[in-house]
Amino acid sequence: MNRQAQAAVLFLVGAALLHAGFTNLYLRYVKAGLQPLLLLSGAVLIVTALATAWYEWRRTQAEKAHAEAHTEAPVEAHTEAHAEAHPEGDVAEDDAHAGHVHREPRISWLLILPLFALILVAPPALGSYSAVRTGTALQQPYGLLKLPDSNPLTLGLVDYASRAVYDHGRSLGTRQLKVTGFVALDRSGAPFLVRMALNCCAADAQPVKIALTGKIPPVLQPDTWLEITGTYSPKQTKDPINNRPIPYFQVTQAKPIPTPKDPYDESWNQ
Amino acid sequence: MAITTEPAAPTTDPPQQPPAPATPAAPAKESSAAPAKESPDAPANAAAKDGWQLNSPLVLTMVLLLVVLAQGPIRQALSAPVMQSWMTVFVAVVVQALPFLVLGVLLSAAIAVFVPPTFFARALPNNPVLAVPVAGMAGAILPGCECASVPVAGALVRRGVTPAAAIAFLLSAPAINPIVLTATAVAFPRNPEMVLARFAGSLLVACAMGWLWQRIGRTDWLRLPAHEPHEGETKGAAFWGSVRHDVMQAGGFLVLGAMSAATLKAVAPASWLRTAADNPVVAILALSILAVLLSICSEADAFVAASLTQFSLTAKLAFLVVGPMIDLKLFAMQAGTFGRGFALRFAPATFVLAIAGAVVTGAVLL
Repeated sequence: MNRQAQAAVLFLVGAALLHAGFTNLYLRYVKAGLQPLLLLSGAVLIVTALATAWYEWRRTQAEKAHAEAHTEAPVEAHTEAHAEAHPEGDVAEDDAHAGHVHREPRISWLLILPLFALILVAPPALGSYSAVRTGTALQQPYGLLKLPDSNPLTLGLVDYASRAVYDHGRSLGTRQLKVTGFVALDRSGAPFLVRMALNCCAADAQPVKIALTGKIPPVLQPDTWLEITGTYSPKQTKDPINNRPIPYFQVTQAKPIPTPKDPYDESWNQ
Repeated sequence: MAITTEPAAPTTDPPQQPPAPATPAAPAKESSAAPAKESPDAPANAAAKDGWQLNSPLVLTMVLLLVVLAQGPIRQALSAPVMQSWMTVFVAVVVQALPFLVLGVLLSAAIAVFVPPTFFARALPNNPVLAVPVAGMAGAILPGCECASVPVAGALVRRGVTPAAAIAFLLSAPAINPIVLTATAVAFPRNPEMVLARFAGSLLVACAMGWLWQRIGRTDWLRLPAHEPHEGETKGAAFWGSVRHDVMQAGGFLVLGAMSAATLKAVAPASWLRTAADNPVVAILALSILAVLLSICSEADAFVAASLTQFSLTAKLAFLVVGPMIDLKLFAMQAGTFGRGFALRFAPATFVLAIAGAVVTGAVLL
């Protein structure tokens, strides 16, 4: 890849990062706190691309002037030869297997893969496929905050699960609760409501699951986002994958909702 | 221009490959992707020899155009859940690491261009045996994860810092900086000794690797890109040239590492971990291997370690010490920055020493 192509790739990758950072796209992949760094690095990449293009343009101008001043040979041929004589430093390493001269490591071509993935495909946030393959990651909370008095009470799925398992629902009682998550079905077809909890990026995302009982809609599609209303249920089950507890939730109403702005639960970051 | 027919043949390959199998497995995708991106380059060079003016901007344009035109079938081929999950993790690792990579590359370019070599000669003790722990401790001031430390360590070696000291810095920086230690403290609220153990274990292994290099390391294993300053080049040109080069190269290797980490995450079953936890020795080995394969950012790995509740604290410590020092994406990036010969020797030695360091530290502190 020569420098013009590199400038183009740098520009496109920078633009893709800015695009992801300014829309909510980045929230599918990384934590919200990474946004300023993401925008900053996108801008740096674009500046690098512009600087590369500018210095490259100046270099060709200088060589043209040089060639016109010093030789009768055709300008084209001379600049070509000059360019070949200025290989980048790592030619030796990357060409150890290929016997010919080329100017930049071929590995750079791989950078267009995330570009395509981010711009053309924009894969969705991790969903039921990862959730049913990974054990629930519920952890004992350090302490439980006092809940507000609203009715029904909107509660994070992770918050509900830790109150149900580690506090045995004492802070929940018989209150009406509203919980949001996506549907996952285990091998037997039993429905779970899941939220992926995230610390840094989707590579470390882990599911927290609650099992559903009561008035469940007859047909549930995996990955549908639901807002369920209902009450605490003392029933518990074990995740077959890692033997960790999964609390039940007594559903009285389930309403499909669009995917939330931030599909992950980031409460562990606070 | 007749040349347009020449690249058309090789470049039609990559976009058409994915639609062919209905549900391609993740490894198949990975193996097909790597040569697919390489192939346009090869005819380009062959063509250049024959006097063809086929250059990489042209190839790039063709590839971009073809992928945009074929995006319908490509999307369809990638709609299987396993592919979706693979791509999400792949994009996540790249998007998460790029900002830190750019940070490290900027810092390394600044070191290479604006800091005179005499500065390091004065800042580090002359005796390399002493320089190693000093450089290891200096790792505490680079706030970021491992993607930032590789280019910085490369710049240090180019600036005349003894490789042993640069290696100590490379290994300690991602593990002992304040951000990572804070994250560790948050992830292990009931085991504050974990923070101390991580700090001590990582520093110990970093220094041990530095001293090991001092004793048996050979400079011809290192193949550093020269970055020779062209005469007449301004500092600005040198700076941006270094940034461009490092982002393109380290970024390419980062993509390679992200692909392997995503493959593991998407296809490997999580249940084998449960059986591994029962035996203390196997548990330590299993988590060390997991740290290498998962390639999680060092700022987040403590949370993952904390979630592996069935494992002993020492096994978790091994996970935290090994991960920031050697993993798939780091190996790829080290191979790119220091050369393959270096990475092939360095990675296994780091892996073994990191496990040993974690076990010793765990026995003393945990």
